[in-house]
Amino acid sequence: MITIAILLVLALLAVVLYLLFRLQILSSVFRGTYAKRASTSNRVNATFFLAFLIIGGIAFFWSFADSMEDFMIPVASVHAVWIESMFWTTMAILGIVFVLTHILLFWYSYRYQYSADKKAYYYPHNNKLEVIWTIIPAVVMALLVFSGWKAWTKITNPAPADAVVVEIVGKQFNWLYRYPGKDNILGVAKHTLIDATNEMGIDLSDPKALDDIYFGAGDIHIPKGRPVLFRIRSRDVTHDVYQPNFRIQMHAVPGMPTKFWFVPTKTTAEMATETGNPDFKYEIVCNQICGRGHFAMRATLVVDEPEDYEKWLAEQKTFAEQNPDLLAKMQAKTTPVVTVEKKAEPVKEKAAL
Amino acid sequence: MASTDISLHKDVHHDHEAHDDHDHHDQHFIFKYIFSQDHKVIAKQFLITGIIWAFIGGALSSIFRIQLGWPQATLEWLEPILGKWVEGGKLNPEFYLGLVTMHGTIMVFFVLTAGLSGTFSNFLIPLQIGARDMASGFLNMLSYWFFFLSSIVMFLSLFLETGPASAGWTIYPPLSALPQAIPGSGAGMTMWIVAMALFIVSSLLGSINYITTVINLRTPGMSMTKLPLTIWAFFLTAILGVLSFPVLFSCVLLLIFDRSFGTSFYLSEIYVAGEALANVGGSPILFQHLFWFLGHPEVYIVILPGFGIVSEIIATNARKPIFGYRAMIGSMLGISLLSFIVWAHHMFVSGMNPFLGSVFMFLTLIIAVPSAVKVFNWIATLWRGNIVFTVPMLFSIGFVSLFISGGLTGIILGNSALDIQVHNTYFVVAHFHLVMGSSAFFGMFAGVYHWFPKMFGRMMDEKLGYVHFWLTFIGVYMVFMPMHYVGIAGFPRRYYSWTSFDLFQSFANINMYISLAAIIAWLAQFIFAFNFIYSIFRGRRASANPWRSNTLEWTTPVLPGHGNWPGPIPVVYRWPYDYSKPGAEEDFIPQHIPYSQTQSSNLPHDKD
Repeated sequence: MITIAILLVLALLAVVLYLLFRLQILSSVFRGTYAKRASTSNRVNATFFLAFLIIGGIAFFWSFADSMEDFMIPVASVHAVWIESMFWTTMAILGIVFVLTHILLFWYSYRYQYSADKKAYYYPHNNKLEVIWTIIPAVVMALLVFSGWKAWTKITNPAPADAVVVEIVGKQFNWLYRYPGKDNILGVAKHTLIDATNEMGIDLSDPKALDDIYFGAGDIHIPKGRPVLFRIRSRDVTHDVYQPNFRIQMHAVPGMPTKFWFVPTKTTAEMATETGNPDFKYEIVCNQICGRGHFAMRATLVVDEPEDYEKWLAEQKTFAEQNPDLLAKMQAKTTPVVTVEKKAEPVKEKAAL
Repeated sequence: MASTDISLHKDVHHDHEAHDDHDHHDQHFIFKYIFSQDHKVIAKQFLITGIIWAFIGGALSSIFRIQLGWPQATLEWLEPILGKWVEGGKLNPEFYLGLVTMHGTIMVFFVLTAGLSGTFSNFLIPLQIGARDMASGFLNMLSYWFFFLSSIVMFLSLFLETGPASAGWTIYPPLSALPQAIPGSGAGMTMWIVAMALFIVSSLLGSINYITTVINLRTPGMSMTKLPLTIWAFFLTAILGVLSFPVLFSCVLLLIFDRSFGTSFYLSEIYVAGEALANVGGSPILFQHLFWFLGHPEVYIVILPGFGIVSEIIATNARKPIFGYRAMIGSMLGISLLSFIVWAHHMFVSGMNPFLGSVFMFLTLIIAVPSAVKVFNWIATLWRGNIVFTVPMLFSIGFVSLFISGGLTGIILGNSALDIQVHNTYFVVAHFHLVMGSSAFFGMFAGVYHWFPKMFGRMMDEKLGYVHFWLTFIGVYMVFMPMHYVGIAGFPRRYYSWTSFDLFQSFANINMYISLAAIIAWLAQFIFAFNFIYSIFRGRRASANPWRSNTLEWTTPVLPGHGNWPGPIPVVYRWPYDYSKPGAEEDFIPQHIPYSQTQSSNLPHDKD
């Protein structure tokens, strides 16, 4: 019943609008608007452009300022500060261009609206002007490219040798982590070894894997002030490790390990104070479409003071300790393969680091 | 006076005897309107199919904007349309991804490539260069019908039980290769690939025809430097299409092999759905390189026709020559060339070598220079003009505004260091919807309003056009400006819901606002639809040259018949932008008027 009533109202509304439309046509015909090259509408539209410039401009800057506290999220790594300052410097330059071009565009639209007693200025080209407005953007772009390239190179340079290594593996739809343990080298992991207990496919017949510490859930802990290297993999589809506060982002690609390193500068406790949120946690966001649960693929990260981190790390049991049966099974089964794997491994490690 | 000459032939389209060298007179309805080889009919077929697709694409986005804007709402009322995709009053998350994917695919390929190039390249190339038709009418017809077939396949895929393709419009494998990972990668993805293969065939047939026609069939006097900028734009668009679409084809061909024949081009070391796959050695990055080798030129395929249309309309309605005609051509050439060597800026954080990132950042930011030149030239064209605000002119000015707003943020995204922060966030969504989505749509609207009188012999209603423009213009800004804000905070695209993240809790209001604006802007398009359909049948009758424009299409009868000009094809003597030339009687001198007839306005170098 209500649906019918709604439809009826909509139909009536359509009829009214249609009648208004016809009325408008008839009045135009009656007033002879069609015969004119530019009717009153011309001035109205020109004025609207000016109004759009002023009202729209104010609305934009107001809404920008108003939303700022929501979208200015605190940064918490060394390079995030560079990116942040470069971002806003670039934005300021773009903002100037944005404002100037729009003022010209809409002001000229208003100022040079049609009038029957004037003629447009025949001005087909001016090579000097073209050269000027080619060179200026080119110079600005060159400066932006240079600063971007400098930052990009520093960010993507190989991680320092003493970096804390954490492996992050994406799967539908959560993240798995692994620490390399005392030897600071991650052991071999193979997708063919994956099962319900060994979700990462860690190969315990590889001696380097014996001290690896594995987590299928919970917080990732990293120390403040020390370089941290994320070694990123995926075991099914492409995922993306994204942490906005640190300004880190890298795809997790099946079959191709990737990495990203950074230096966190604020502990979780410091961020809790800064944001006023006592439950603050650094969140890792999956930022590459990966299926049904993509939107909920969240991991949390805790930045500790270095000493707290060491303490925490020392308390963790290795994957092998937690799964003695698996250890026994794998060591019994694959001894011959291990030697081959071992030889290849050191080279791979260096290259990947 | 040229225009009086033309009006003599007003009724020529009824007069079959006037066609001397064409014998398609008593065509059956099927050959005249359905399997037509006339470029004007084919253009209208592309246009109408494109408009239908645009409404479907818009409807899909409205559905997922409802989900984002009102995450708590129950959507039972959508059940009559969406059926089982509404589960217990909630949208199925996989279907949400399907909506996002299909919205992107439909808008980028079916509306803004086929609907835009297909319509205006077909319609305007022969008319503006002075040709009777395309080089091959038959290939042209095939081009439309391949597009139609492709449309049918793509449309049907929306109704599959496992859902349409849902891996994003960029269909990155492994997600798009593994039905175990997402059901949409089953039959939906197969149909997506089949539809796109047909689409590529259509696009190639069309593009080859456009290129051939522009090179070979120009009327005497129509040198490349006397071509309207529209034709330059369509010409370059077609070249981009010919060079880049085959790469997409090979890209999806390898995907077919991976999906169906057990190869490992894109797949390696995968454990999915409780099973380790045998594929080893493939690279998902390879797919991304191949995809974006098309994907980036594709955004220029979408926007270049807009450049051309807008340049033409701004000059006509500002009653001024386009400023820097040669600079405009040069910048389009520059953009076309550069468009092939910037693709990897979509992949800065994909895991490819960071050194490549530096190279592509450099190349990407260069492309801002010719784009800036174009904007300055448009603004300079307005300066000291005598601007008539026709509806197409409003849309053209809107185009320039949106192109600036969206283009500027490209400078952030093209910077690989800054891209770390905003890659795949709503900042990207805002950027490309402004610079290629909305702008290209505005170019298309401008074109439809401007050439409607030549297509259908009637005018579209101006007042409705004004309402349509202002609602759309304001709506577009209200939708996409706030998207930058959430993007800066890292809000990821293709998220069904964000409530599990503390990071994004504060964006509920802004999302609701965006959704509301998006739905209003979409509804405003029905004004256009009404105006379009109404005006085809009942619009005010057009005169032969209603905008007092210079280009050759306005020398044809009100409704040009097969062969376009009843008499001989006009010869061209001058460039298309002699507006408000000092000394001339009128404020325009069409291209076919020889200098010998305009002694009073000739400049020293103006000779026939």
